[in-house]
Amino acid sequence: MSGTFANFLIPLQIGARDMASPFMNMLSYWFFFIASIVMLSSLFVETGPFSGGWTAYPPLSALHDASPGSKTGMDLWIISMALFVVSSLLGGLNYITTILNMRTKGMSMTRLPLTIWALFFTAVLGVLSFPVLLSGLILLIFDRNFGTSFYLSDIYVNGVGALSNEGGSAILYQHLFWFLGHPEVYIILLPAMGMVSEIISVNSRKPIFGYMAMLGSLFAIAILAFLVWAHHMFVTGLNPFLGSVFVLLTLLIAIPSGIKVFNWLTTLWRGNIRFTPGMLFAIGFVSLFISGGLTGIWLGNAALDIYLHDSYFVVAHFHIVMGVASMFGMFAGVYHWFPKMYGRYLNNSLGYIHFWITLAGAYLIFWPMHYQGLAGMPRRYFDFSIWESFKQFAELNRFISTVAMIVFATQILFLINFFYSIFKGRKVTVLNPWESNTLEWTTPINPGHGNWPGEIPEVHRWPYDYGKDGHDFITQTTPVGEDESGTH
Amino acid sequence: MATTQIESNNKIHPYKMLLWVGFGSIVMMFAGLTSAYIVKKSQANWLEFDLPNLFWFSTLVILVSSFTIQMAVKKAKAGEMDQYRGFLSVTAILGITFIILQLRGFQALELQNVALTGVRSNSAGSFLLVIAGLHLLHLVGGVIAIAVISLKARAAKSSTNQVLSVELVASYWHFVDILWIYLFVFLNWVG
Ligand code: HEM
Ligand SMILES: [Cu+2]
Repeated sequence: MSGTFANFLIPLQIGARDMASPFMNMLSYWFFFIASIVMLSSLFVETGPFSGGWTAYPPLSALHDASPGSKTGMDLWIISMALFVVSSLLGGLNYITTILNMRTKGMSMTRLPLTIWALFFTAVLGVLSFPVLLSGLILLIFDRNFGTSFYLSDIYVNGVGALSNEGGSAILYQHLFWFLGHPEVYIILLPAMGMVSEIISVNSRKPIFGYMAMLGSLFAIAILAFLVWAHHMFVTGLNPFLGSVFVLLTLLIAIPSGIKVFNWLTTLWRGNIRFTPGMLFAIGFVSLFISGGLTGIWLGNAALDIYLHDSYFVVAHFHIVMGVASMFGMFAGVYHWFPKMYGRYLNNSLGYIHFWITLAGAYLIFWPMHYQGLAGMPRRYFDFSIWESFKQFAELNRFISTVAMIVFATQILFLINFFYSIFKGRKVTVLNPWESNTLEWTTPINPGHGNWPGEIPEVHRWPYDYGKDGHDFITQTTPVGEDESGTH
Repeated sequence: MATTQIESNNKIHPYKMLLWVGFGSIVMMFAGLTSAYIVKKSQANWLEFDLPNLFWFSTLVILVSSFTIQMAVKKAKAGEMDQYRGFLSVTAILGITFIILQLRGFQALELQNVALTGVRSNSAGSFLLVIAGLHLLHLVGGVIAIAVISLKARAAKSSTNQVLSVELVASYWHFVDILWIYLFVFLNWVG
């Protein structure tokens, strides 16, 4: 998601003809493409795809004989992940450089739309955390194929006896993994935050509240993202003192998160709100982020987490905040920028249906899951019905599955809308359909190569002059008037 | 516009910035590995051993090569093509020497009975292999880059189009050099 929107929005919103290195962009694309093929091919190997969950903890992932899914499927998984890391790195380097180096005249860093800032921090997180995952994966490859003992110790394996490895530590992998793993959740979320900030401001016809605070909180989130990884490891026998440090750092994230929510709500407050589908999804994002963030605070307390860990409470937490909220951010972005992408509008009525069913569905699915988790239902079980103690959840599970299918069907509706509208949607006839201030709406309706036919426009102000001095909106390219009140 | 012209408003060229951000990324990878090394060392079953002297020689070689590539940059800027090509070749040869010395270093460890891989290996040796090996891969990349710009330099009459490329390659080369010094100090004394 960061990839699509970054390549699309960065040049358009900062006023650049293309990315800093189109060549690296192409490389990044092909690495991603090959990674996807490798990943998909693992579905078709005889022993099946890798089956150890997205975290791929050793020893399951390090021993070929741990399960059928630990054989070729696992090798393909690692290769695919490594290629994916390279792809992300190439992409991220390019985004950072483009934003720092290729802005048009007058576009100072503090005049950048928040979308761009969010994409910038996303790229920084990726560039600094993915290499650590890569190093973890390389050690895993060595353990699997070259008999080393980074993660493996002399554990006893059924039918094999004790392994000959000595002194390896499976927990080491968890540290390396979560050093990426936690930033990764923000890599997924930050672009959504950026787009939501932009869309809320445009459709409230008000300047974003607290631009600098938004930047500061993005920055704080990015820094903290590197300092909290062990909150995924509270049950690994972490030194209790270290554990409490990680609790503290984790709970600190609530502050910048709270600032952001406060600023979004204040931007909405007394706004002239236009409830476009994009705006609805943006508001939905805020709601879901609040819900999911709150449960994060529960989980951030080691004492509670020791009980809740690996339960459906965690599943509900991260699906709401990472799964659904970031999807909402993406939908908001698609509805908002579709006219720029294809020169046509998405169908609004379908958009409203899509939004309401998805929002209601998301809460109906994940709300009950919190209760299941509190009641002790563990995650990652293949079949709950064979345990007497979990039978009580059967009915609720059936309900959740039903809603999930309805929500899924609604997403198909969205896809139909998407592809139909590319060819048959209502045509965009004005340059700036949302009456927005940012640069992308100064390009032709279907921008060609190089984005602007003539000179790249110069920027004279920040992008959030909405409802200022009696003007509904003042685009970034408008020079500052003589008697204008304070400018940014 | 058919080609994408670089319209940069800052003094630093975008490709240079790209490279520098890339350094940050590579540093993080080695930071991850050396942190893992420290964690691992503090646990049971850690094998202590001395680095073979070969690694001292390779360190010396890579230090000298940083000097020669800097000379190449200087000559490219001055437009002295023959000397420019000469210094590039010397750097490439030093780079290849470094590669050979490192590989011999790994061999020497195996001879000292410090297994780097396989059932007898201890993660102390394996870490050395992975860390120094990954560094070596980065250096191989540098040698390839030097080979590429050398080929271009042979075809070119003047060095005006070459300055940026050789500057980029030289920055990378210095980076890989400094990275090795860090790793060498780390493996010898810290770790
Ligand atoms: C105030 C904010 C947040 C706090 C304090 C927080 C805290 C936590 C904690 C402590 C866990 C570990 C639970 C366990 O495994 O026992 C966790 C899991 C998770 N969180 Fe959050 N979280 C927050 C926000 C977010 C956000 C914004 C995202 C994503 C966009 C996110 C994504 C995840 C994911 C994916 C997991 C599960 C990883 C796994 O075990 O597979 N969290 N969170
Ligand atoms: Cu986390």
